[in-house]
Amino acid sequence: MLFRPRRRDGLPGLSRSIAFTLVWIGLIVMLPLAALVLRPWQDGSGAVLRALHDTRMYAALRVSFGCAALAALVDVPLGLLLAWALVRARLPGRRAVDALIDLPFALPTAVTGITLATLYGPTGWIGAPLARAGIRVAYTPAGIVVALMFVGLPFIVRAVEPVLRGLPPELEEAGVLLGASPMQNFRRVVLPPLLPPLVAGFGLAFARCIGEYGSVIFIAGNQPFRSEIAPLLIVVRLQEYDYDGATAIALILLLSALACMTGVAALRRRVSRGLVARGAA
Amino acid sequence: MAGPSGRGNAVLVAATYLTVLAVLVLPVLLVMAEALRAGLPAAWRSLLDPDALSAIRLTLVVTLVAVAVNTAGGVMAAWLVTKYRFRGRGVLVALIELPISVSPVIAGLVWLLLFGRQGWWGGWLERHDIQIAFATPGILLATLFVTFPYVARTLMPLMEQQGREAEEAAFLLGAGFWRTLWSVTLPDARWALLSGILLTTARAIGEFGAVSVVSGHIPGLTETMPLHIETLYNGYQTVAAFAMAALLALIAMATVLLRSFLEHDFRKASS
Repeated sequence: MLFRPRRRDGLPGLSRSIAFTLVWIGLIVMLPLAALVLRPWQDGSGAVLRALHDTRMYAALRVSFGCAALAALVDVPLGLLLAWALVRARLPGRRAVDALIDLPFALPTAVTGITLATLYGPTGWIGAPLARAGIRVAYTPAGIVVALMFVGLPFIVRAVEPVLRGLPPELEEAGVLLGASPMQNFRRVVLPPLLPPLVAGFGLAFARCIGEYGSVIFIAGNQPFRSEIAPLLIVVRLQEYDYDGATAIALILLLSALACMTGVAALRRRVSRGLVARGAA
Repeated sequence: MAGPSGRGNAVLVAATYLTVLAVLVLPVLLVMAEALRAGLPAAWRSLLDPDALSAIRLTLVVTLVAVAVNTAGGVMAAWLVTKYRFRGRGVLVALIELPISVSPVIAGLVWLLLFGRQGWWGGWLERHDIQIAFATPGILLATLFVTFPYVARTLMPLMEQQGREAEEAAFLLGAGFWRTLWSVTLPDARWALLSGILLTTARAIGEFGAVSVVSGHIPGLTETMPLHIETLYNGYQTVAAFAMAALLALIAMATVLLRSFLEHDFRKASS
């Protein structure tokens, strides 16, 4: 039996909390996701499978995956910088910086969307100088990357920060004493333990970014085959009452995000096991 | 703390301020500047427009219900996975966290697959004249899905740390389940609980993608605050759009600051 306690439990309330939790998860998460997963088999005619032959869908997926990867990649050094400053620097206003880093997570995506579209638009504070230099950001794929960078940044910082906090500064001091140059010290001493959390942060940011909608659609331009993201194409298909087309894209996005999260979890398990083993040795 | 040398620190601090300013502060400043472009009275008047008021009202109702349901569920689930050891516990935790990795648009789509006209129960609902998709219940369901994990997720690490000795003692002394939960477990976890509720509230108020899919987009009827922002912005009512955006941005800033203080408190309490 799935939920049988491993030993005789002294704490009552188990069956009550199991019942309550299962109803809660069942109705809000499992039931709707079941509808999504079962949809391809529902009509028997393979309508969802036919929807996989849609070139516009592949173009949208390419835009989403490409922009998400690029944005998460740019966020890696920025996130490392911020995490480093939070943990190691004498930073006046550290608490304010620390709180601000979570802002992209709390700011409603529609607010982010119209704000970045205005900021980087042809007459915006950043967009106008860029336009004079001949660079267009808003209403191009570059705009998508800018929006996703904003959304993904906290994931990198929050993944690296705890690991950095646990890293004794003595290691680097030893490196310096042994004659390492700052660059060598960074590459040989500091970077190796930070690599797993950086990869994990990248994965989390990427998983979030491929599904992002609200902060992107205002700045993207939304041209099919060029700057149309996959979540937007789901919305377009739904407006055309093409539920099967929407389901096909949704399943691909969902599976990719889940694969990402599974990878991150596996990486974290391996790293924590490695640390434990080393600690025991 | 062994900080870097003076010049290295100055460079680091400057680079950090520059990044924070350009990436995080500038957008907030722009929201405020655009909202106040025609002056505070104009911004205020735009918030008192009937459609805007209706959007605020709908958002409040949906947020209230979503926060209540997901707080109750989150507390029970966190209790379950931290106070007992049983098979399938890992699966349960993974399921609780699942909605975080689901695109908001998909969080809306799944409800249409159930209650939309081509969905499982769409025909039945139509025959009985019950509207869920493109109406308030649909908006509520989408919001419930999106804000599902946050209370449980904030509580779980803390309640895991607490162990279960206090609860076992309470039971031995004759307290029932609810009594123990209410006066032993939760008082200890109150800052984490509050922090989780704050995050749930912020996400519920601001949800856009999921709600956008299941809303009928009827101003004054099925528009939440973020959806109303979209309508205003696309209708070139920039000041009104940014006035409401500024309201939401202020709520987000308050949430982030409060959470940072709470976290500081319970980090200090646990160390």
